[in-house]
Amino acid sequence: MLIFIVRRTLWTVLVLFTISVLVFVIFFKTPGVDPARAIAGRNPSPKVMAEIRHQFGLDRPFPVQYGLMMKKIFITHDLVSYSNQGTKVIPEIGAAAPATLSLVFGAAIIWVVMAILMGVAAAVLRGTVLDPILMIIALIGISMPVFWLGEVVNLVTQSRLHHTFLFSWVPPLGYTPFTQSPVLWFKGLIFPWITLSILYIGFYARVLRANLLEIQNEDYIRTARAKGLTERRVLFRHTLRNSMITFVSLFGLDFGVLVGGGALLTEVVFAIHGVGFLTYQSLTNLDLPVIMATVIYGAFFIVLANTLVDIAYAGLDPRVRPA
Amino acid sequence: MAEQLLEVRNLKVSFRTEDGVVRAVDGVSFTVSEGETLGIVGESGSGKSVTMMSVMRLIIDPNATFEGEVIYKGRDLMSLNQAELRQVRGSEIAMIFQDPMTSLNPVYRVGWQISEQIRAHERVSKQAARARAIELLQAVGIPHPAERVDDFPHQFSGGMRQRVMIAMALSCSPSLLIADEPTTALDVTIQAQILELIRKLKDEFGSAVVLITHDMGVVADVADRVAVMYAGRIVEMGSKHDVFYDAEHPYTWGLLGSIARIDRPKPRRLTTIRGLPPSLINLPPGCAFGPRCPQRFEMCDQVPELAPRAAFDHTDACHLDPTIKRNRRDRTIHPELVEGTNEQSA
Repeated sequence: MLIFIVRRTLWTVLVLFTISVLVFVIFFKTPGVDPARAIAGRNPSPKVMAEIRHQFGLDRPFPVQYGLMMKKIFITHDLVSYSNQGTKVIPEIGAAAPATLSLVFGAAIIWVVMAILMGVAAAVLRGTVLDPILMIIALIGISMPVFWLGEVVNLVTQSRLHHTFLFSWVPPLGYTPFTQSPVLWFKGLIFPWITLSILYIGFYARVLRANLLEIQNEDYIRTARAKGLTERRVLFRHTLRNSMITFVSLFGLDFGVLVGGGALLTEVVFAIHGVGFLTYQSLTNLDLPVIMATVIYGAFFIVLANTLVDIAYAGLDPRVRPA
Repeated sequence: MAEQLLEVRNLKVSFRTEDGVVRAVDGVSFTVSEGETLGIVGESGSGKSVTMMSVMRLIIDPNATFEGEVIYKGRDLMSLNQAELRQVRGSEIAMIFQDPMTSLNPVYRVGWQISEQIRAHERVSKQAARARAIELLQAVGIPHPAERVDDFPHQFSGGMRQRVMIAMALSCSPSLLIADEPTTALDVTIQAQILELIRKLKDEFGSAVVLITHDMGVVADVADRVAVMYAGRIVEMGSKHDVFYDAEHPYTWGLLGSIARIDRPKPRRLTTIRGLPPSLINLPPGCAFGPRCPQRFEMCDQVPELAPRAAFDHTDACHLDPTIKRNRRDRTIHPELVEGTNEQSA
């Protein structure tokens, strides 16, 4: 186990290093991209440009520039935004993370519960008309782009039907920290949660159904029936338990991506100032330090999620456990 | 005659498919007495597994239809509801399957899987069930059962897994054990061990055994009575001695002739049954074996009944006259032997 952790940590460091170099090269060294110009604003004089270059260290050799940036991100935490000078990037991400985590955790709970319900129901109801209906609903869920769905939800809950009793309780867009008001936190997040989870519910329900049907044909399911177990026990303790191996691996990766800022569109549509929102803003402003920091933040969570998936996988499937 | 434990009456199983209705089992009747071992032989697709799976009602294909009766200890299993069926499965009738590599759930420890079956049928504590699981593992010859009980299936070899399956099957002392090709996936040396184990435990637990196999050698080894199946029907049934030494059906002759025997003069080549088994969607009219049968004559256009022709407890489904059969049989099963005797006598 210790070896596993050490190996994983080294692996994480390697991945983060590679990603940071790649992103750095893309944003700082792509021909035609000049960070100084982005900072300087319109029609800067050559003298101003030179000053800016010097001030931001852009006149130093490339590896030094990279090293300085990494030092500011990881050690001194004083990386400063280009477009919004004076704002320190790392504390900004730290402040945005709770919103993202609230959004993603809530959505994940909804999507796991609903996907299991729908997937199991479809598999059990196979051969009836309900199975294809459930799967078509799932497909519709997958097909609706989150930015469109979110806007429709906003249109209904914030505008068209906001004055009716149905949606009058929905607070204005934005994120209220849990510590400030748990009730407002919940009310403000319920529609973002649903919107974000719908895509995943559809996808996971379909994957789970297919997986359940596959496992239902396994010999050990026949054995379980021959043992005289109840159908419910066969379904939950034997079929679903084995399906969870696939389900959890997928879930871990998607969850990592979302925590890492992948819920960007949902955050933008619902004006939730999380990490995804920050990424979105920095991309529109070409605010390189923020892009660097959010990308590294995202990469970290994806690698972390990968590690957790591997640990969970070993927990779920004894065949892959180290002897 | 011993009391009938299981009586299958005119069992028919068919599956609707895109190509038509597959008559996998087409009117099979047989009985199993308490404590006896019935071997069901036949090639792949002859309906032997489907027959026994239907007895356990383990076929849940919505396209399958069943007819006939399966009387077990006076109750028709075909008419039981799910709850009643569960009490029979695993407790009264247990089953071992062909492939031990896939028959155990990979995510649970073997002891857990055995205990699960015990606890599905008896109100015992987890500790008691676990203790029984260890005893059972000991009984099926797994070394260090107290430690192995907590191992996962993938930590066992194929033969050991089949032993675990047998331990599980016997955990509730069933009256009937159905073994569906229990040795097919195993090495020959392991096969012999597993068969020996089944025989030993059958005596210990007093269970009757239905052994499904395509291996005549396996049947010769353990069965008391033998049923030979072809194209969803039983074509010959009798005591092991009768079927092996006084085979009545030309299909059985073919099966017996295809065995390489070391106790007989070496034939130039083994007898084969020409042709392929018929499609179960379009069975040939008359005797299903007719098109492949070297003994075919006019009467074979009618379906032969499974009837006692040679002796009262030795039934076969062939129109040929028993005396004619006797003359032709040895030539099919071991032609070399017959020719050898002819030369000597000449």
